[in-house]
Amino acid sequence: MRTWQFFLISLAIALAAFFGARLLGNDYLFFAGYVVLQFIVLATAWNILGGYCGYVNFGSAAFFAIGAYTTVVMTKLPAFAKRNLPEGMADLVVAMTPPAMPVLVILGGVIAGLVGLGTGYLTLRLRGVFFAIATLALAVVLQTLIVNWDFVGGSRGAYVIRPATVPLLGINYIEYLFLVMLVLVVVALTTARAIERSRLGYGFATIRDDEQAAEACGVPTLRLKLVATTLSGAFMGMAGAPFPYYIGYLEPSSAFGLAYAVNAIAMPMIGGTTSWVGPLVGAVLLGTLQQLATVTISSAISLLIVGLLLVFFVIIAPNGLIGLFNDYFRRKKPDTEEAHKVAVKTS
Amino acid sequence: MDFPVELLINALIAGILLGGFYAAVTVGISISFGILDIVNIAHPAFIILGSYIAYIANQRLGLDPILTSILVLPLFYYLGSLVYQVYYLSFEKRGQEALRGLAFFFGLLFVTEVLLILVFGVDYRYVHAGYIDTTLRLGFLDLPMRMVVPFVISMLLMAGLQWFLSKTFTGRAINAVAQDQLALSLQAADPIRIKRIAFAISIATAAIAGALLIIIQPVEPSVGREYIGRVFAICVLGGMGSLPGMIIAAMLLGIVESITSTFYGPSWAPAVAFGFLLITLAVRPAGLLGR
Repeated sequence: MRTWQFFLISLAIALAAFFGARLLGNDYLFFAGYVVLQFIVLATAWNILGGYCGYVNFGSAAFFAIGAYTTVVMTKLPAFAKRNLPEGMADLVVAMTPPAMPVLVILGGVIAGLVGLGTGYLTLRLRGVFFAIATLALAVVLQTLIVNWDFVGGSRGAYVIRPATVPLLGINYIEYLFLVMLVLVVVALTTARAIERSRLGYGFATIRDDEQAAEACGVPTLRLKLVATTLSGAFMGMAGAPFPYYIGYLEPSSAFGLAYAVNAIAMPMIGGTTSWVGPLVGAVLLGTLQQLATVTISSAISLLIVGLLLVFFVIIAPNGLIGLFNDYFRRKKPDTEEAHKVAVKTS
Repeated sequence: MDFPVELLINALIAGILLGGFYAAVTVGISISFGILDIVNIAHPAFIILGSYIAYIANQRLGLDPILTSILVLPLFYYLGSLVYQVYYLSFEKRGQEALRGLAFFFGLLFVTEVLLILVFGVDYRYVHAGYIDTTLRLGFLDLPMRMVVPFVISMLLMAGLQWFLSKTFTGRAINAVAQDQLALSLQAADPIRIKRIAFAISIATAAIAGALLIIIQPVEPSVGREYIGRVFAICVLGGMGSLPGMIIAAMLLGIVESITSTFYGPSWAPAVAFGFLLITLAVRPAGLLGR
């Protein structure tokens, strides 16, 4: 299947899912579904760097929060401009901000991508482990910066007023956010799948398997790794950009919650890291499970389940559910071949 | 206003005391990451576990936190060897330690934190001991005992470990296992056993570091995360496996943090460690006293 065919087909499936969900007419479905979709994007983004290149990013929450806070900055700009800028310029800023949701998503993506590039440039020339540690520390530092930045509310947090409806499409706002995230999922999955089948993807795989050998064969490893960190960071930022509108009130400890970092790692690990299907399967399963556990038991228990599943899967099933699935069918094959050989001998 | 020299000297002393404590927190990482190449990012979680054990013993039995930590040393030692056994069998043996080993320790960190939250809630917990509220005054110098005691204990721990690592057979074997496993097996020492002992010791130090932590500041389950950046910054700057280098790096970070929080406010202190780490990685990845 060509990439554009894949894109159109998955877009059609996504739209069908959206209209199907509207037919049910239950707003909760959109609230819960949004979170699952957001995790699909996060997991896919993590997998571009973690699964394809083998570089672990523990700072997914930081990139997610960069996207979210970019949106907060945009919503704060009009009031700021009215107070501080001369009349004409203020009107211009008020007219332009906050921009429409797709623009916010792209902005969040660009800024998070740049941060990803910077972090990668500083740490990726060393052993991969340092990148992992640096991303962990990055989350702490960005959180410190946000806590100390009064413009976006500091540690008090910021309110973002969600409009009730979207006039252009005539649907209510949560449905709109759901739709935006759905499109983002399609874009992320298509990108991940296209990478897998391109020279870029083969380059990533050589880095994952043996970086020194790849370097020796002339693969520009540093450049490829930077492409991966930038792309991965950008998608995480995009996943975060609509979040303030979804949650209505954003504060640093929720935007930087460890839950995002854990989920972004656990979902691809449980699903399987070698192809784009893994994060999708992992995110849908874990995301739904968490929504159910949060509603029926408690959110702390649902996080505990994720953590335990992560530990369990990396020990027992190193290639995730997809790996288990493949093993099951591959084990079948040799059996039939052997049976065939036996049959040939006896005849 | 002229420059506050007395304030600066106080900040310096406080930084050195804080650095001594950081050394106790980092020494476990220095052994596991610096010597054995096991990226144990769950180490701070074990430290918080140690803090909570000290808290329970202090609350229920009125035991001194440091005494408690020495009593539970064997427990942490066996916990450490258990974790290493799982790690070895599931990752090191299969050669998958890079990606999945990291994810494993991250999962451990997260599970420990969530379990502590479920059992104790997110309230700050603290311990009582006679020396915690007293302060020594020498002229304009303030020496709060809650910093001095951890400093002294930490330095004793460092001295003990340095002696163990450089003078005993097992200690030397631990240093050797990082360099050449085959040569070690030719000396009739099982590299896996040596690594298990070393890792168990590194976790055992977390019991002591945890007790020191809860003496210095109230503890809640997610405090551990703030230490991840710090411990790895110190470990790398100190030159991975070298204990003396690590102690110098710990003091440096302690001084920088203490001066930052004295002159700019404590809310900026966590960012310092990261800046420290990034500069170290960019300028001198081999550390101060390279291996």
